Amino acid sequence: MSPVGQSGGPSNGVSLLFEKGSPGRSGAYLPAPDPGKGLRDLLPAAHLRPVPPRLPEVDELGVVRHFTELSRLNFSIDGNFYPLGSCTMKYNPRINEEAAALPGFAALHPFQPEEEAQGSLELMHLLERHLAEIGGMDATTLQPAAGAQGELTGLMLIKAHHKDRGEPGRTEVLIPDSAHGTNPASCTLCGYKTVTVKSTSDGGVDLDDLKRKLGAKTAAMMITNPSTLGLFEERIEEIAAIVHGAGAQMYMDGANMNALLGRARPGDFGIDVMHFNLHKTFSTPHGGGGPGSGPVACRKHLEPYLPVPRIVRDGERFRFDSTHPKSIGRVKSFWGNHGMHVRAYAYIRHHGAEGLRQVSAGAVLNANYLLARMRGAYQIPYDRTCMHEFVLSGNRQKKQGLRTLDIAKRLLDFGFHPPTIYFPLIVPECLMIEPTETENRETLDAFADAMLRIAEECKSDPEKVHRAPHTMPVKRLDEVRAAKQPVLRWHPPPPAER
Amino acid sequence: MGYVPHTEHDIRTMLSAIGIPSVDRLFDCIPERIRLKRPLDLPPPLAELELRRHMAHLAAKNRSTAQLRSFLGAGAYDHFVPAIVDALASRGEFLTAYTPYQAEASQGTLQHIFEFQTMMCELTGLDVANASHYDGATALWEAAAMAIDHTGRRKIVVSQLLHPHYRAVLRSMLQHLDVQILEIAHAQGLTPTSMLRDICAGAACVIVQNPNFFGILEDLPAVAEAAHAGGALAVACVNPVALGILRSPGECGFDLACGEAQPLGIPLSFGGPWAGFLAARKEFLRAMPGRIVGETVDTDGRRAFVLTLQTREQHIRREKASSNICTNQALMALRATVTLSALGPGGLARMAELCVQRAHLLAEKVPGRPVYKAPFFHEFAVEFQKPVHEINRRLIEKGFLGGYDLHRDYHDHRNTMLLCCTEKNSPEDIEAFAAALREVAR
Repeated sequence: MSPVGQSGGPSNGVSLLFEKGSPGRSGAYLPAPDPGKGLRDLLPAAHLRPVPPRLPEVDELGVVRHFTELSRLNFSIDGNFYPLGSCTMKYNPRINEEAAALPGFAALHPFQPEEEAQGSLELMHLLERHLAEIGGMDATTLQPAAGAQGELTGLMLIKAHHKDRGEPGRTEVLIPDSAHGTNPASCTLCGYKTVTVKSTSDGGVDLDDLKRKLGAKTAAMMITNPSTLGLFEERIEEIAAIVHGAGAQMYMDGANMNALLGRARPGDFGIDVMHFNLHKTFSTPHGGGGPGSGPVACRKHLEPYLPVPRIVRDGERFRFDSTHPKSIGRVKSFWGNHGMHVRAYAYIRHHGAEGLRQVSAGAVLNANYLLARMRGAYQIPYDRTCMHEFVLSGNRQKKQGLRTLDIAKRLLDFGFHPPTIYFPLIVPECLMIEPTETENRETLDAFADAMLRIAEECKSDPEKVHRAPHTMPVKRLDEVRAAKQPVLRWHPPPPAER
Repeated sequence: MGYVPHTEHDIRTMLSAIGIPSVDRLFDCIPERIRLKRPLDLPPPLAELELRRHMAHLAAKNRSTAQLRSFLGAGAYDHFVPAIVDALASRGEFLTAYTPYQAEASQGTLQHIFEFQTMMCELTGLDVANASHYDGATALWEAAAMAIDHTGRRKIVVSQLLHPHYRAVLRSMLQHLDVQILEIAHAQGLTPTSMLRDICAGAACVIVQNPNFFGILEDLPAVAEAAHAGGALAVACVNPVALGILRSPGECGFDLACGEAQPLGIPLSFGGPWAGFLAARKEFLRAMPGRIVGETVDTDGRRAFVLTLQTREQHIRREKASSNICTNQALMALRATVTLSALGPGGLARMAELCVQRAHLLAEKVPGRPVYKAPFFHEFAVEFQKPVHEINRRLIEKGFLGGYDLHRDYHDHRNTMLLCCTEKNSPEDIEAFAAALREVAR
């Protein structure tokens, strides 16, 4: 079989596994069927598939080589600096992986009797308490599987709260224009209408616009603090007071908690409910886009609505408790992404209070150091002390005919993953840079040198930047073609070609 | 302690480049009033050496399926995992990469997701599949939401034999959206298809699980026909191992199929992280939630892969997106992909056949009354003379993890246990378990 795909040209270097192997080959041999009654004796033929699924038929070494080759096509934290704004791509400690793989955790069935799962229940109870302490909150649920699911869960608590108080007419949620796209999407799923609040020129929430849009229909304000511009909202207490004054709740997107660890707590500045991203702040690996974990913590008045089951401590024993009549119910099967709970708990225990303060110190120091080194070469839309991340604008380079996308692609040639680009939407040609605390000074310097050199190249050799990347397994991709003529799965070649 | 690499010298150098005297001054932007002025109330830090001991101590307070011989399923299945799955999925290049937004630097992740999508299409017999969901329950909720949007109808019909947690997730996720959920009671362990046609009129979809929660094989073609007669979509929640031998939902006329990929090489991990899958007929493509990888070419004409059809998604469409989902479960989907790659069609069918054989062997040996006569895959219900939790407590003492207590969710099923076998339960284990049951269930 030819390694050539439907597109007709050579591939990114690795054929699809479906194009490898040979009929009858296998990479995993199971015991022979038991003697006696076989499949066709035990199940009626009407239920059985006449044709097997077309899965790859590859030997074990062939499978190992295939996925090893694929892995080499990836950038990763282990291999590359990954300053992806708002994603907190910090080092993923291997001790946490080792802990999660312990058979006591990894082989635990979710329906085991509570008596046989005391270690996991205790760990979940402690993680709930630690997250509540870090956020200045009263209660936590570990059930949501990701940040976006945490947002939806938090909004559902707010909706249940208003309904319970006899105020179902609150149907709108205020969201700053710098917010993550998941915020408005979560509102829609909760049956809320999104109302966008403008930012001021200094990057904060426009209080006049907030007051204009706030009213009897407002259920909540969703805020990200520090904002996606990497700036702490200095008027946060005032905003919370205004929102609470109108009878609405304050939700915080905790994506940027890395900046606040041990420095300030959302519960202390007026937040009623928030989510954490264990895969950002608490170092659980991103895995190429998941799994994540998005625990939600809230103040006392929202606790009755938290998802069930809750975890209860009775002396030295721990158990599940579903007797919460006001609960919004269940948002995920079983008890959440427990493997991520184990990792995040290990991370918190390794650091303790002082260690977490050093995390936020390192994150903010690294971001400000990089910001200082960018000055002069790139436009800095909000030129003041940032928190864990900052934004640049590629406006100057745009005048030279180059876009932020070009700068991002050129960075790949230097071995750096590009920052988040074109987000937040309010900054033209935006580059959003979050170095995290686990990068050393030499790495930051190497990245800064590359950014400065690219700024130079934009003047001296714009074509080189425009054609980047030059060193990757593939060049720039035709995304329009991918969307217009979608090929979303492998198809076997027509019989004549076999 | 911690992973911050800076020396005192580094910090001084960096502060001087920034032009401020101390790290604490970096936090001056947080108003003084709301700064935390005490240490967080957390236990003292543990060095890696101590942390390892502490985590092992906690893990040892659990008694997992690594120690107990398990006959428990109910939506979480203890299958054989080839050794290469851990070896490949723990490679840092997969483990520590982010969502593949920068396609040129993410071809590895993009291609394995494309392969996953292909495999899910093959198993379900449908045209398109996405990059995965948080779990089977949330994939099902997204499927229901697709049906509601597509038909504009505000009612969904759900078999009572859908996993209780999945039904609970549907209830909570739809509670604020003015959608009516109609649960249909089972008849003799099956979703009744005779009256389904009437019930489906005006419904967005009908949802059945196959094998159903009692392990029994549903009459899928009859369900699909009834759904379509009422103008509803047919949605199947399926077990991917069973699809190695069972007729696919697509073949049976279903529009959407979803399920839990956990049985394919994903550890139980007390219920997560796992991976949901979702597949559909091609006319639903642009209504699908979540990440989708597509094939394209680079500027040199070489085949390559990219996240595509992103105008459906939250980071572009915001409040008009097809879902709020951002993360998928790429690393878990990779485990499923590697597992299916290693097994191949023959290995998957063998695994499924062994499940069927072992479960039927146990059904022959087990004391107690088999509740249903209908054909089943690898789970079945048995009624005893005693409450299930009492039997299970005695079984634990003998080193066995007994079945699921159906009375928790089905009040007409007193003293009824749902038992499960996979290829991991050897005939000897089954013999020993049946003997233990005979002793404790008396």
